[in-house]
Amino acid sequence: MSKLSFEKALERLESIVQEMESGELSLENALKKFEEGVKLSQLCTQKLNETEKKITILMEQSDGTVVEKPFSETDQDEIDG
Amino acid sequence: MDQENNHSSRQIFTVSQLTQNIKSLLEKSFSMVWISGEISNLRIPSSGHSYFTLKDETAQIPSVMFRGQLRQLRFKLEDGLNVVGLGRISVYEPRGIYQIILEYVEPKGAGALQLAFEQTKRKLYEEGLFDEVRKKPLPFLPNTVCVITSPTGAAIQDILNIISRRFSTLCIKVLPVRVQGSDAPREIVAALELANQKIAPDVIILARGGGSIEDLAAFNSESVARAIYASDIPIVSAIGHETDFTISDFVSDVRAPTPSAAAELVTPVKADLLSRCLELRQRCYQSMSQILSTYEDRLDRLLRSVVHPIKKVEAFQQRIDELIGRLERSNSGLIRDRHAKLNEIHFRLKNCAPSSRLQMIRSQVEILSFRLLKANEKFTLFLQDRIGGLNAKLHALNPKAVLERGYSITRRLPDLAVVMDASEVQSGQALEILLAKGKIKAKSE
Repeated sequence: MSKLSFEKALERLESIVQEMESGELSLENALKKFEEGVKLSQLCTQKLNETEKKITILMEQSDGTVVEKPFSETDQDEIDG
Repeated sequence: MDQENNHSSRQIFTVSQLTQNIKSLLEKSFSMVWISGEISNLRIPSSGHSYFTLKDETAQIPSVMFRGQLRQLRFKLEDGLNVVGLGRISVYEPRGIYQIILEYVEPKGAGALQLAFEQTKRKLYEEGLFDEVRKKPLPFLPNTVCVITSPTGAAIQDILNIISRRFSTLCIKVLPVRVQGSDAPREIVAALELANQKIAPDVIILARGGGSIEDLAAFNSESVARAIYASDIPIVSAIGHETDFTISDFVSDVRAPTPSAAAELVTPVKADLLSRCLELRQRCYQSMSQILSTYEDRLDRLLRSVVHPIKKVEAFQQRIDELIGRLERSNSGLIRDRHAKLNEIHFRLKNCAPSSRLQMIRSQVEILSFRLLKANEKFTLFLQDRIGGLNAKLHALNPKAVLERGYSITRRLPDLAVVMDASEVQSGQALEILLAKGKIKAKSE
């Protein structure tokens, strides 16, 4: 389940909630869906929070290697200089 | 002497000398001229130099533009194009023609860049680089966003602001490039390739703030367009202001009117998504508890409807009693009905009994016997009358009665045939004569 993209997980969660709200599920099925729905909602929240703020600037060196540095005001002069 | 004078005064040029003179005259007089005209008969052989004719309504000049100068142009020469050019007149001695060698040419009317833009746009459109079917959808929630732009422009600041406002924890990688000048196309192409080959973000923003068509030239270049088209990663372009359309915008998967708009297109609002997740989870809990209480109610109802077996038996007993009562009641009624029916049938049966029928037949027989008797008597009388009549008739016809009146009958012997004609009898014929009393045997004479 954790391999699902956020979008897919959200879609699945939405369809589960709709199914449960339709009131046409057997008790056993409803419990299964409920369990899956809760897991999916946790997964979605987790996916939203797992990215960490990071802004970097990438410079390709003459030898083809790429140097990655935090993006900040000071770097911005390099390119114009 | 005269002749010599004549000879010396008469200046005779060789073809080369004259041509040389004309050449130097023309090339000195028209060493740099601006000329306007329409291009026709354009040829560019494999040497890369271009040969064409510049003409107006009444005249034409053969024109040449060498490869080096041609390469400097931002648009392509085309037949029918009205141009203004700067060049020098030159004489091409081997063929005795004069021509203009152009150093620089620009389209008349619209600027060269505008023309180049139209030319590139038409070419790439025809190649299918703008086809909607080839455009890739943007990811719903990217993890990594690559921004290809100038690190010092307003565009990058706008993009970073919008992204951090909407989804503060997104990973952004900036690929700095020059966005104008002759190096810009090459740097942009390199950045697009780097993003595709080494960084592999979920989406790329290619951005530049507003500027004149000259400033945006890099984003109208064919090489940048082709690099965008070749990208496996979806690209959002945001070049210039809302009203500026560049070739890059046409090729990109999505065109954003401004860099800020590009950032909005790429980034969902994290708070919205979190609250959506929360809402869905709450609805999950709510509907589960709803489902559970529905089942609880049903269970309650079922429990109430279950009764002790003894009570059930008693209920059944009561029901049986009731049914027996009803059965009896309905039985007595049934018997009454049957009795009446039986009586009726009995009566009908008695009427049909053989004894009564016999009596009836007997009286009928008596009547018939009497009628038979009467008929018989009548018939006897009738027969007696008839017999009396017939007897009298019979008596009258009896031959004996005739004989008694004195007649006789002669018969031939021995065959007893009655003789009616004397000729039938020959002499000596034995005859018998019947009389009233007795008979006589005789012989005819």
